[in-house]
Amino acid sequence: MQATPAHPPHRRKDQSYWSLVWWRFRRNRLAVLGACVVACFYFVCVLFAEFFAPYTKEHESEVLEAQPQAIHFVDADGRFHLRPFVYGHEKQFDTRLRKRYYTVDTSKRFPIHFFVKGKPHKLLGFIPADRHLFGPDRRNPEAYVTLFGTDRLGRDILSRIVYGGRLSLLIGLIGQLLTLFLGTFLGTLSGYFGRTVDIVVQRSTEFLSAFPDIPLFMALAAAIPPEWSSVKVYFMLTLILALVRWGGLARQVRGLVLSLRESEYVLAARSFGASHTRIMFRHLMPATMSHVIVIATLAVPGMILAETALSWLGLGLRPPDVSWGVLLQEMRSIRAIRFAPWHLIPVPFVIAAILGFNMLGDGLRDALDPYGRR
Amino acid sequence: MNTGNDTLLQVNNLRVEFGLREGVVKAVDGVSFTVSRGRTLGIIGESGCGKSVAAKAIMNMVPRPGRIAGGEVLYHPRTSGPGTVVDLTKLDPDGDEIRRIRGGEIAMIFQEPMSSLTPVYTAGYHIMETLRIHRPFSIGTVGERIAGKRTVGKAQAREIAIEMLKRVGIPNPQSNVDRYPHQLSGGQRQRVMIAIALSCEPALLIADEPTTALDVSVEAQILELMRSLQETTDTAIMFITHNLGVVAQMADEIVVMYMGKEVERAETSAIMGAPRHPYTQALLNSVPILGRKSRKRLAYIKGMVPCATELPPGCVFHPRCARFMAGECDRLEPGVTEVDKGHWVRCLLYQRNEKKSNA
Repeated sequence: MQATPAHPPHRRKDQSYWSLVWWRFRRNRLAVLGACVVACFYFVCVLFAEFFAPYTKEHESEVLEAQPQAIHFVDADGRFHLRPFVYGHEKQFDTRLRKRYYTVDTSKRFPIHFFVKGKPHKLLGFIPADRHLFGPDRRNPEAYVTLFGTDRLGRDILSRIVYGGRLSLLIGLIGQLLTLFLGTFLGTLSGYFGRTVDIVVQRSTEFLSAFPDIPLFMALAAAIPPEWSSVKVYFMLTLILALVRWGGLARQVRGLVLSLRESEYVLAARSFGASHTRIMFRHLMPATMSHVIVIATLAVPGMILAETALSWLGLGLRPPDVSWGVLLQEMRSIRAIRFAPWHLIPVPFVIAAILGFNMLGDGLRDALDPYGRR
Repeated sequence: MNTGNDTLLQVNNLRVEFGLREGVVKAVDGVSFTVSRGRTLGIIGESGCGKSVAAKAIMNMVPRPGRIAGGEVLYHPRTSGPGTVVDLTKLDPDGDEIRRIRGGEIAMIFQEPMSSLTPVYTAGYHIMETLRIHRPFSIGTVGERIAGKRTVGKAQAREIAIEMLKRVGIPNPQSNVDRYPHQLSGGQRQRVMIAIALSCEPALLIADEPTTALDVSVEAQILELMRSLQETTDTAIMFITHNLGVVAQMADEIVVMYMGKEVERAETSAIMGAPRHPYTQALLNSVPILGRKSRKRLAYIKGMVPCATELPPGCVFHPRCARFMAGECDRLEPGVTEVDKGHWVRCLLYQRNEKKSNA
């Protein structure tokens, strides 16, 4: 044991830390599922919303507040069609409730086409394209497909969910990145220097956490000038979310740094002439990273929910921007729930994204913990 | 004392104090010694006697709440001339100058090779980092800013790292340079530490119990390595240990410390052959000797190390001393006496003799 044998040059490559982490992560089915869900959401909503959504988020169709169409393969006459199709709506009027409603009109059969040409758009912001994953036949100007129904203005809810996911998911991610940056930076400073720096940072986190969340959000969001462009509002919102939420992460990082700064390698680094900055950011911060990644992943859902809640309250994003919170705003009236419950369809998507993030975070935590049971 | 051109480090009456709630602990109290170029100084003493604190004080790295209360640490840079001597204790502990000396001029290796390397970086990274901090070639005069900071290139640094690993006897340096600390054994890690320490060709290497955490056969290898490297690089070594056997084979000169005070200082042969201070004598008597036939019980020093905040009056060793002189040792604080040429003892026994002979 004591002697150090020379390794043969062709020895097997060592398993690195990350390959072990990956190995442990893959064994956790739930975590892999969560990762897939999250990846799908980002792929569909954030990267390629233009392609996956059948319509643009502003497209207004003739049918207002129409219920979702069911996909059929067999028509009213019992004939089988290889190409799936939907039936059109027929407008009716309820004289007692004095309200418009739709019935399914089996005489209007709209086949669903895949990779149809639609409105030209820019994929990823620069690739010009005009194809959509699916849509109605372009040759029939009457045809439309609305699998999740339409809203008051006749806009396709499915398309709006896809576009809304883009903003909601991005806010979660960017806001969390800002939090991560702020939290790790201030936490490291606080833990490493201690004393005055520590007191200042810790008291600010306490100050922030003592504030009730929603009123603080409201106050900050109310400070956003209404004439600002949607992009500006959007970034202000992420900034606000980050500024309110960095405290927890900073505390965790501080705790880690506090214990790590006493380790021999910090002393060694100092004795080899490393500066404080180098020790903090080269030697201490990387060691906290696995912990930070987990906390950050588990905190993204909170960000998404905060955005949703704020927008729902009308304090976050405002129409014409679409986010999941903005979509759910439609649900604030009993009338909408009673007569157009398909407005609630965004909810399962929010839940799925949040569950996905939580499962991913849990899996990461187990995988990154070198002492965890395997 | 030797103050010629080969003097590297001169520690004069160094004092380090820790202000605790229980009172002031004098961790190092009036220690003086000199390290000459290319020579090895051993510092021995039991745990808690201030060896490591003294080493950290030389690097100006005394941890809070400690502070250097007095004395000086004079560093004589390579390009020695008048006015280039720096008192390390006077430098800003976070400043550029002391940082250039740390690692560049004086390097240190620690007791725990297991935790002295940052776990997220490879062995090679550590060496390259130190190289890039210090720019190993043509180290300028200490105390003067190096004009135009030229650092070693990445590829060059990597080559040096591999070369250093080869020199400290790491097998397969080409592949081990990219290995992480947890993939190396304790002995290999200590070798890497030595490689880092020597990569910038420091004039002095402070080894703070470098082999305490290693098992005996690895210890022998590491000691052998340090000795052979010293021969080729002409680095002075300050060897801190509580292991008398190790210090006997490594050091040219030995300082014995007790409760922060330096009690005896002499050439190794003088200390080992004719120790003067009762503490040194007792320490040497308590070393078990393999194969000794006698049924005599192993000698030990009676009593306990006194509490650091309530040191006994007079000579700190007097409650445990075999040659305690009532009315003197518990009253008078002994000064340092030169009993032989280069053999210094802090004990009233010799002070009295000297006074008598003077009288």
